Amino acid sequence: MERCAARRAPEEERRVRANAREYNEKFQYASNCIKTSKYNIITFLPVNLFEQFQEVANTYFLFLLILQLIPQISSLSWFTTIVPLVLVLTITAVKDATDDYFRHKSDNQVNNRQSQVLISGVLRQEQWMNVRVGDIIKLENNQFVAADLLLLSSSEPHGLCYIETAELDGETNMKVRQAIPVTSELGDTSKLAGFDGEVICEPPNNKLDKFGGTLYWKENKYPLSNQNMLLRGCVLRNTEWCFGLVIFAGPDTKLMQNSGRTKFKRTSIDRLMNTLVLWIFGFLVCMGVILAIGNAIWEHEVGVCFQIYLPWDEGVHSAFFSGFLSFWSYIIILNTVVPISLYVSVEVIRLGHSYFINWDKKMYCAKRRTPAEARTTTLNEELGQVEYIFSDKTGTLTQNIMVFSKCSVNGHSYGDVQDMLGHKAELGERPEPVDFSFNPLADPRFQFWDPSLLEAIKLGDPHVHEFFRLLSLCHTVMSEEKSEGELYYKAQSPDEGALVTAARNFGFVFRSRTPKTITVHELGRAITYQLLAILDFNNIRKRMSVIVRSPEGKIRLYCKGADTILLERLHPVNQDLTNVTTDHLNEYAGEGLRTLVLAYKDLEESYYEEWSERLRRASSAPEAREDRLAQLYDEVEHDMMLLGATAIEDKLQQGVPETIAILTLANIKIWVLTGDKQETAVNIGYSCKMLTDDMTEVFVVTGHTVLEVREELRKAREKMMDASRSISNGFSYQEKLSSSKLTSVLEAIAGEYALVINGHSLAHALEADMEVEFLETACACKAVICCRVTPLQKAQVVELVKKYKKAVTLAIGDGANDVSMIKTAHIGVGISGQEGIQAVLASDYSFSQFKFLQRLLLVHGRWSYLRMCKFLCYFFYKNFAFTMVHFWFGFFCGFSAQTVYDQYFITLYNIVYTSLPVLAMGVFDQDVPEQRSMEYPKLYEPGQLNLLFNKREFFICIAQGIYTSVLMFFIPYGVFADATRDDGAQLADYQSFAVTVATSLVIVVSVQIGLDTGFWTAINHFFIWGSLATYFAILFAMHSDGLFQMFPNQFRFVGNAQNTLAQPTVWLTIALTTVVCIMPVVAFRFLKLDLKPELSDTVRYTQLVRKKQKTQHRCMRRAGRVGSRRSGYAFSHQEGFGELIMSGKNMRLSSLALSSFSARPSAGWIETLRKKKGSDSSTAGSPSSAASKTLKV
Amino acid sequence: MAVNYSAKEEADGHPAGGAMPGGAGGAVKTRKPDNTAFKQQRLPAWQPILTAGTVLPAFFIIGLIFIPIGIGIFVTSNNIREYEIDYTGTEPSSPCNKCLNVSWDSTPPCTCTINFTLEHSFESNVFMYYGLSNFYQNHRRYVKSRDDSQLNGDNSSLLNPSKECEPYRTNEDKPIAPCGAIANSMFNDTLELYRIDNDTRTPITLIKKGIAWWTDKNVKFRNPTGDGNNLTALFQGTTKPVNWPKPVYMLDSEPDNNGFINEDFIVWMRTAALPTFRKLYRLIERKNNLQPTLQAGKYSLDIAYNYPVHSFDGRKRMILSTISWMGGKNPFLGIAYITVGSICFFLGVVLLIIHHKYGNRNTSADIPN
Repeated sequence: MERCAARRAPEEERRVRANAREYNEKFQYASNCIKTSKYNIITFLPVNLFEQFQEVANTYFLFLLILQLIPQISSLSWFTTIVPLVLVLTITAVKDATDDYFRHKSDNQVNNRQSQVLISGVLRQEQWMNVRVGDIIKLENNQFVAADLLLLSSSEPHGLCYIETAELDGETNMKVRQAIPVTSELGDTSKLAGFDGEVICEPPNNKLDKFGGTLYWKENKYPLSNQNMLLRGCVLRNTEWCFGLVIFAGPDTKLMQNSGRTKFKRTSIDRLMNTLVLWIFGFLVCMGVILAIGNAIWEHEVGVCFQIYLPWDEGVHSAFFSGFLSFWSYIIILNTVVPISLYVSVEVIRLGHSYFINWDKKMYCAKRRTPAEARTTTLNEELGQVEYIFSDKTGTLTQNIMVFSKCSVNGHSYGDVQDMLGHKAELGERPEPVDFSFNPLADPRFQFWDPSLLEAIKLGDPHVHEFFRLLSLCHTVMSEEKSEGELYYKAQSPDEGALVTAARNFGFVFRSRTPKTITVHELGRAITYQLLAILDFNNIRKRMSVIVRSPEGKIRLYCKGADTILLERLHPVNQDLTNVTTDHLNEYAGEGLRTLVLAYKDLEESYYEEWSERLRRASSAPEAREDRLAQLYDEVEHDMMLLGATAIEDKLQQGVPETIAILTLANIKIWVLTGDKQETAVNIGYSCKMLTDDMTEVFVVTGHTVLEVREELRKAREKMMDASRSISNGFSYQEKLSSSKLTSVLEAIAGEYALVINGHSLAHALEADMEVEFLETACACKAVICCRVTPLQKAQVVELVKKYKKAVTLAIGDGANDVSMIKTAHIGVGISGQEGIQAVLASDYSFSQFKFLQRLLLVHGRWSYLRMCKFLCYFFYKNFAFTMVHFWFGFFCGFSAQTVYDQYFITLYNIVYTSLPVLAMGVFDQDVPEQRSMEYPKLYEPGQLNLLFNKREFFICIAQGIYTSVLMFFIPYGVFADATRDDGAQLADYQSFAVTVATSLVIVVSVQIGLDTGFWTAINHFFIWGSLATYFAILFAMHSDGLFQMFPNQFRFVGNAQNTLAQPTVWLTIALTTVVCIMPVVAFRFLKLDLKPELSDTVRYTQLVRKKQKTQHRCMRRAGRVGSRRSGYAFSHQEGFGELIMSGKNMRLSSLALSSFSARPSAGWIETLRKKKGSDSSTAGSPSSAASKTLKV
Repeated sequence: MAVNYSAKEEADGHPAGGAMPGGAGGAVKTRKPDNTAFKQQRLPAWQPILTAGTVLPAFFIIGLIFIPIGIGIFVTSNNIREYEIDYTGTEPSSPCNKCLNVSWDSTPPCTCTINFTLEHSFESNVFMYYGLSNFYQNHRRYVKSRDDSQLNGDNSSLLNPSKECEPYRTNEDKPIAPCGAIANSMFNDTLELYRIDNDTRTPITLIKKGIAWWTDKNVKFRNPTGDGNNLTALFQGTTKPVNWPKPVYMLDSEPDNNGFINEDFIVWMRTAALPTFRKLYRLIERKNNLQPTLQAGKYSLDIAYNYPVHSFDGRKRMILSTISWMGGKNPFLGIAYITVGSICFFLGVVLLIIHHKYGNRNTSADIPN
């Protein structure tokens, strides 16, 4: 397995010569073999053991083991420690070995993938791991890139190729890579075989978007950039083949360089547990010291005189030294207060919980066939303590699917679902969707519910026609037609895709484009428009336009954009129409739809000539190009005629509003951090019910400077405080509140507020001097939306809350831009959706729908927390009850570190007698059924407030344990002091005492676990009764004659069990001890339940009472939306695509071939078009032309 | 090195591999979780909760069970006759005062006689105990200082005792049998009881067999085996414990009570749990049904005082006791039962009052949401 080379010294720069393996070999670059596994068969044992002993706990127990080997100290047999230690080490080792086995398997799978490598002029199939730096490999469409390659040439013109980088950065849109011109001509293997260029470039690093290097070839230098690189992990798309030169391989690739060590996350319970364990160590040392002092005094006072019967050990000459030795002896005996099995048990329980998450049918998404996955098994109980959720928007709250849902054309609104009589239909009684079968090019997935729009088209309403014509022309979508009629649109943003698809279905089919033309099938008629200009979209303009010349020769500008911008630019004659349209826009926005306004303008030929001349000059201007272009655009987009407006539904994920409502009820604060625009984000905020119109106020912070932001935040706080002041009349308000006071004031705020903050304001708000201010304001609000935030800011916001709020944070997202936030938050959840896997890889939990979050938190998280807390409480209790008996006994045995119990009992107590019942409780316990935790989200609160296991609870458990240990020792002591057996013999011998105490201990802790177990499944029954049975079985076996005969010195308790347990006095003692230990607990718990029941107790009780009644179904109240005046403009678009289209660089010839599959892609597009027209006319009678004929009628 | 990169995921394309139906690899295996009660956490379960209907009756029932048991134990315990004499001899007036500083091997042994009077007669079988105080038989170094293998008659251990026996493992290069501090410190006072009837001392028969556990006598302790039954021969090559006046094979004249299976020795070897303890010494059997075993009257206890306890402030006692079904006199258990029973009952009453006055349960219908 050791095929992968070991690490070398870091390189300064990398030199790679193509086709020269010998030359490259002298640099000893890493091969393309990856190794994520840690061990092989030989190294496994030593390496794994070494790693395990780096754990403090394991080392500690090893230390104890060594102590036990010293005869003067040894108070226990060596096996009492070594058996649990070996058990723990074995379990961990088996788990590590299994993990590593799977890593080996997946390594092998990847390493053995096939790849075509050019070796001495011939393409050969090679395994990935045999690819070397400097090799030239051939990639085909849809193949994974095997290593980081320098793109040499491709099947596409200009050496372009398309890649999908979803694996790498999570972005699903395609990216273009281009070979440098000199190499792009090396199209076939013979030319490539002769290629001997040398690349000198930067050493391996993890920067995905940067590459710097130089190609030296034929005495020329060519600079190389990231544009020329294909990185491992990408997939080649839409490109038949390409050749690349391997620059970085295997571990040096950017993909591998990016997969650094995972930051190990710990839960707050973990941290608390570690603190407590330290405290217990302190306690242990204290007890050791007390007993050691006791020993020294005893040896000095009594032991010295008792030497006639019991001389001191060899080498012990003073009471002081004896005390010192007894300190260590007691450390050995009392070490069971921190049992070695604690950490393993916790891991086992968490693993169980993780499996329950993986197995949950209700978190399985049938559509994507993905179950939920707990990728980290160590954080489960923290899911029950979440206070802040940071959510991404796109792909998380929304599906990132845009649906054309409504439109307003010439003052008429279309898109409402109507019933037979033409009234607005209520939800739920949807009629059949509009039938688009007349249109052979229609997208079958598109659905529209209002037939009147189609009728308007069929009736030939010129406004509607113009409306859809605009939609089919004014965009930057690329089309691809794989076979006749099978159109695929490649839109840069989903909104645009939705609009063009809508136009397509309504008979205005955008068919293809060239740099200078757009071909549209208008109601069956192919019309080619001449594309004169694309006035591209950008954030300031918030609109885009195209200028086209129709076949008739008219020049027209089509524009679509934000209502706020566009409505101002309309011709005054539109006033009435504008009013109606504005009403419609408000209505749409109120429904949470994203709106765009459409307008057109006819241009005079002469004006356009003059304008385009100026445009040409401006675009070639050396400086201030942008400004001059913007000015020109601005000039032409004026006095436009309003066509109407579109409304696109940004489809929410299923169940998002309900989930958010429930989570809010559970006192979880949800912050949305999105890269989207403010309007979009606010819109989504409304549609998923984070923001409501009932809110007192929504503060919007958009300041550009520090002062503005500070001022806005201050105003927001003042408003909130004013409101709360007016409510509490007599509240004396101090002008200068300290920041801590401020928090308390803000926390008591009445009314619901929300905060919307912009990315640039956030940048200021996150600065050191303002972050606290920001945080206080934000935390006082019910909902917080941060828009236009960078991935880094997402992480910063999470960090901020983590730092000041001491609350558990959860980040949920689906894209690469969420990775930083997911890694920063206490818990990261990845939505395994469309946007690649980066987020999922970084996450701790993953599932495919946002709505599963409520189940993850309210059901799994809550249960995990509850179970873990109950487990820990009981665990500490039982060990204190067990161990402290030794402490009391110390006072009666001369502090000699004599154990109360049989050594086998000490060995087995934690790993056999008491481990399984508590494990079963920790894995299976439920207080209320899962439906209830959804019904009563308040049940989630104890976790957030950390009520079930904290220092106080810990001390209660410890106190209970100590109380139990006192009774456990002193009741038998009282009974045994004078008692004799019923046959007159002595009862109070050491062995009988040991058996009595041990038996009552096992019974008491079993009864206690019975009390603690709230959910007795068959497994719990089996484990609890089984443990008791096992105790007695082992007890009798250990005390049997047979074992004694074999090992008389090991099994000294021979005959003890039957002799002791036959005594009525012993059983009376056990019964008494049990009752006295349990009775106060029951009384206390009953009182707590009766007087101050927790919500879960009440729910449980109610359930018991109403078992026969039908459970009342609580439905989330669906508030009818009241329209508010908000603009719903949104367009998730980036600048620059228009230019790319106009330049024709990204035009693939094959996509121009409309329906004819010309064998020669070099055919000119006009020729193709001509052919197309010919074929079209020749196929008269095809459905499309038939349809168009009927339409014309 | 924990690497968050997983080659498997690269290989599968997507971690949620189902994203592409019929995708590469053609993994037909469904990823849908099984719909089993176990995996969906829907196992049928009993969910007990503490309600007034269960807790309060439990307290009353425990109270009602414990109080009578306690009374029963208390009465039984009070009916037991017990008489105790401290014969350590620390008080100058004590007849045993002269023996206070005896050593192990004083010959002839120091003897003393203590006269006492039983006010009540002992009706049933009487058990005679010796009691020691401040004697740490439960000390760790003491407890471990024995070789059970040797005591079980293992011949190799007989000649080569366990290291645990140090420093009583060997004496003058000869292995000690029985080795160890426990055996070495064996109680060796001899107690004899006489009834004084009109100045005539009638010895009372003290039975020395049947005082050890059956398993100890028959399983745990065995004499070494070999040719013949001559214990002297069997113990050949060993030496007596340092403090013992006689070797182990001369503990008793009867062969079935000699050597390691001497019952006094066995009783001693069963170490006590607490520093104050009593061990069964002799049995006094009831002769016939007409006479009590020990009539009320005068008795004298003859002590061969060999066992020094004064140096470590130890005390020695002789106890005469009858027993019942639950053993000897044990006031603690009875009182404890009565107390606990009463507390339970009382708690039940208190809880009942609290429940009726302040009980919150009835308002549980409206759960805050």
